[in-house]
Amino acid sequence: MERLIFALFLVIIAAAAGCRREQRRFSEAPEASELHPDPLHAAQRDQQNLERYAKDAWAISEGQRLYGQMNCAGCHGHGGGGGMAPPLMDSQWLYGSGLRDIERTILSGSARGMPAFKDRLTRQQVWQLVGYVRSLSGNAPSSAAPVRDDHMSVRPPPSRTDPEPPTQQVD
Amino acid sequence: MNSTFEPTLAEASPAAEPRQRSTLYDLLATTEHTAIGRRFIATALGFFLVGGVLALLMRLQLATPLAHVMGPDRYNQLFTTHGSTMMFLFAVPIMQGLGLYFVPLMVGARNLAFPRLANFAFWIYLFGGLFLYIALLSNTGPDAGWFSYVPLAGPEHSPGKRVDVWAQLITFTELSALSVAVNLIVTTFKHKAPGLSLDRLPIFVWASLVTSFMVVFAMPAVIIASSCLALDRLVATHFFNPAEGGDALLWQHMFWFFGHPEVYIIFLPGVGMVSEIVVTASKRPMFGYVPVVLANVATAILAFGLWVHHMFATGLPQLGASFFTGASILIAIPTGVQFFCWIATLWGSRPKVDVPFGFVLAFFATFLIGGLTGVMLAAVPINLQVHDTFFVVAHFHYVLIGGAVFPLFGGLTHWFPKLTGRLLSERLGWLSCGLVFVGFNLAFFPQHLLGLRGMPRRIYTYLPETGWGFWNFVSTIGAFTLGLGALVFLFNAARTLRSGARASANPFRAYSLEWALSSPPPRSADRIVPVAASRYPLWLGELGRVEGLARDEVLVTRVVDAEPDHVGHAPTPTIMPPITALATAVLIVACLFTPWGLPVGVVLVSLTLFVWFWPTDREPAFQTRERVSSESVGKEVLP
Amino acid sequence: MDPYSALDPAGTPAALSLRLFYGYLDVSAVVFTLVIAALGFALGRPRQPAADYQEASPAIERSKSRAVVWATVATVLTLLGLLIASVATGHAMALLPAEPPVRVQVISHKWWWEFRYPVSGSATQFSTAYELHIPVARPIQLELVATDVIHSFWVPSLSGKRDAIPGKHNVLFLQADRPGRYEGQCAEFCGTQHANMRFLVVAERPDQFVAWRDHQLASPPPPSDPLRQRGLEVFMNSRCSSCHAIAGTDAFATVGPDLTHLGARRRLAMGTLENDSTHLSHWIEDPQAAKPGVQMPSTPLSPEDRHALVAYLEGLK
Repeated sequence: MERLIFALFLVIIAAAAGCRREQRRFSEAPEASELHPDPLHAAQRDQQNLERYAKDAWAISEGQRLYGQMNCAGCHGHGGGGGMAPPLMDSQWLYGSGLRDIERTILSGSARGMPAFKDRLTRQQVWQLVGYVRSLSGNAPSSAAPVRDDHMSVRPPPSRTDPEPPTQQVD
Repeated sequence: MNSTFEPTLAEASPAAEPRQRSTLYDLLATTEHTAIGRRFIATALGFFLVGGVLALLMRLQLATPLAHVMGPDRYNQLFTTHGSTMMFLFAVPIMQGLGLYFVPLMVGARNLAFPRLANFAFWIYLFGGLFLYIALLSNTGPDAGWFSYVPLAGPEHSPGKRVDVWAQLITFTELSALSVAVNLIVTTFKHKAPGLSLDRLPIFVWASLVTSFMVVFAMPAVIIASSCLALDRLVATHFFNPAEGGDALLWQHMFWFFGHPEVYIIFLPGVGMVSEIVVTASKRPMFGYVPVVLANVATAILAFGLWVHHMFATGLPQLGASFFTGASILIAIPTGVQFFCWIATLWGSRPKVDVPFGFVLAFFATFLIGGLTGVMLAAVPINLQVHDTFFVVAHFHYVLIGGAVFPLFGGLTHWFPKLTGRLLSERLGWLSCGLVFVGFNLAFFPQHLLGLRGMPRRIYTYLPETGWGFWNFVSTIGAFTLGLGALVFLFNAARTLRSGARASANPFRAYSLEWALSSPPPRSADRIVPVAASRYPLWLGELGRVEGLARDEVLVTRVVDAEPDHVGHAPTPTIMPPITALATAVLIVACLFTPWGLPVGVVLVSLTLFVWFWPTDREPAFQTRERVSSESVGKEVLP
Repeated sequence: MDPYSALDPAGTPAALSLRLFYGYLDVSAVVFTLVIAALGFALGRPRQPAADYQEASPAIERSKSRAVVWATVATVLTLLGLLIASVATGHAMALLPAEPPVRVQVISHKWWWEFRYPVSGSATQFSTAYELHIPVARPIQLELVATDVIHSFWVPSLSGKRDAIPGKHNVLFLQADRPGRYEGQCAEFCGTQHANMRFLVVAERPDQFVAWRDHQLASPPPPSDPLRQRGLEVFMNSRCSSCHAIAGTDAFATVGPDLTHLGARRRLAMGTLENDSTHLSHWIEDPQAAKPGVQMPSTPLSPEDRHALVAYLEGLK
């Protein structure tokens, strides 16, 4: 009986130690560094990282910080409500709603006036932003979506936003 | 006078039957307060060990400047979990566990007032502890400090589940603490043996009673605080968001309103044990019984008026701060009175210096230093320099380890024969006492200096230029020595459990009622309820016994004078407490992950409570007094 | 002289705190000795062996009562004295300065300190990081602002600490009595890099202070040699200018510390690293190695670009 409990303990410990959910990935260097390009695997690696970051609470909260610090809110509004630039919390995605699409938009900018951030942000920071931007329309997992920030609220937080499925329509 | 100290109840109450292998059902459904108390103690000691390992890991990281034992993320989880473990999973439960075990014995009751609730309290405590450690192992350990200040612990700056785990740990452990506190209060007030009026209670029982009242008033504050934090983090409320009308300082007020009484909740049972050991060792009545009891009560009341001394650096008005300085200094007076009464008790008595007394001497020296640094911390000009530095770390370890852990080790040694029926080895006991005392002082005394020399708390590393490396290294050596001493103590216990010398009912010729029963005590149904004739029942006066109680009945007496009031039914074993605890755990943990956790969990818990409290068709509990006669010796014998 | 220590005060508030502390320490030493001595006497005076329970005589009980009462009275009086000393010291420390103070705004971020100096007679401000320069023998009024979480401003040699709390404005008065460099550190746990959130208070003669302040207001001259010009280009074209400002260039972001006079700072990364080319180069290449969790990302640059950037930044005196 005691042996059974002890064995159960070991299983729980092993299972717990394997959990990666709360890992803070402070740095993706050098694998994700542009100075060591690996064209063969770059696209696959980027997709993997994007998906990982889009589900990670810490990465999304870093994206939230960057959204404020890089003044995305200046055009897209605090919380993605829109302004000079289109809102980010609705179902309309002008340049595609996939993770790679959002990454590309941030990196290259757009013809309508969004600046290119390729030389302004590291690739890891862009992935964090992509995760955050996705959460604004309620499309982040509930365990990762930001709950609220410490500013005045202008919209319900992403964690309490019903997911807005992206429409196919492109203007 | 009972000059031979032979307890008169031990023969009448059969010794505990040789332990048959209990089934799993017996284990889970028990209503024996001895089993539940033992479980609390063993579990708390387990958490003490684990929390100690965390501390040693921290000390390894801090032993040298710029060490690479671990990074800041891990370190922050470790110190938060260390603090939370020691405060919520070790210190309070072990004092409560000792209360659950010994308060019924010391007041001559057959059992607790609510043994099933105590069973529930154990399981909810265990589930909370397991929850915290599974989280820590999965890198989800809380990392915002054991007091979890907002906005750092709020939704923006602590993303993920880590601080949610902390907030829910509070819920688990405070449910447990409140359940035990209610039990101890009612047992002490209503289940005393006839003749054991309030002014005849042992000091440890008074300490447990007062502590339990403190729990009742303080724990709800932290439950509210942690619930507000959980709501902010999960449902986007704004309790602590200044931008929307909340207040970051509100958290500190709510938390410390609980947090300061919490340390007295840990400390008062410790001094209760010191009183017991002092009286037993010196074979003298407690000098100044009434002042000592009132000192305990005064400490408990004053403890609720001190909390702002944790917040002197937040920019409060000076007048308000001075008030709390005064109160914080004032609370030294009742403790001083207790010190003087202990010294007066010991004066000229040539006490037997055994291992429990050795730990009491260690307590005297250590807690005194901690109390004096506490008075220093109460002064705002000094506080503003040493707040949030290692000076404070040193202070609270001196008062908590000196004021609670040393008496605890002494109390466990003193009561070990009663708990287990065996006597601990004196040699190993002295070895552990010496190692622990030397190791503790080596570990924590230099930290006073480190704090004054500018070393803040909760830093995972420091530069070599600061010059803090030497004393940090010494402190680490001391910490490992302290750990070794604790291991020796536990090894002593483990070895004694297996093959130690058997103990009689009253090997130390102590005075209180638990020593009138066999070691370990018989099951509650087999116990005889005594009639006490004095404050020192086994030293003064004859011990009577109550006749006419059936095996499944308990005697309920009046609050102040302990005259028999009525007879109640003893609760029968049932498996519902652990099941309710499991349902409650599901409720608490599920709320973290989905809002559906709340309605589903509440329904689940309600179902279990329905089953638990479904009325049976036994006769009502109240019966007339005439059925019971208490056989007591003629005239009152003065204490 | 230990610049980290509260035991080596160089300013009035810290000196008052230390004096009070020594007073309390002396009283504590006396109390400790007396109590332990009393305990020792209690244990060392055998009257009756503790074999059997015995009642004490009423005379002894009465004298013990008297002793306990007197001890309690002595305790109360001592504590009262300590309380009065504390309140008096606090009162002395809380007196407002006689002359107009130099005002500096202290803005605490995760995990760096920004100091904004208003310049008297104009609205011009400048912002610097890590080093807080003050003139000696003048009161300094620090307005503490927290932008994210609670931090605490503490320079042990000069004064006790004061928290910077979001949503609250706290004020701390300082005064350095002699010139020198005094180490400070954040003293409220603020997250991953709380341990490396240091700052340096440089107390200098009033003329030196004015010279420093004027120098801070001035923009550095544009670089003249090709290496540093290349460095400036790298700075503007890569991620640096997203977060950092340098006066006299087109970089004016306020996310990270102002780098206008980086070359003159005593240390880098809030006191974590020496300020020289090697350390700066490593810092730029991988800040996470020195301060895991810090908000500055690793900036991938070619070795030549990084060399040029470092040369440019080190030249910003």
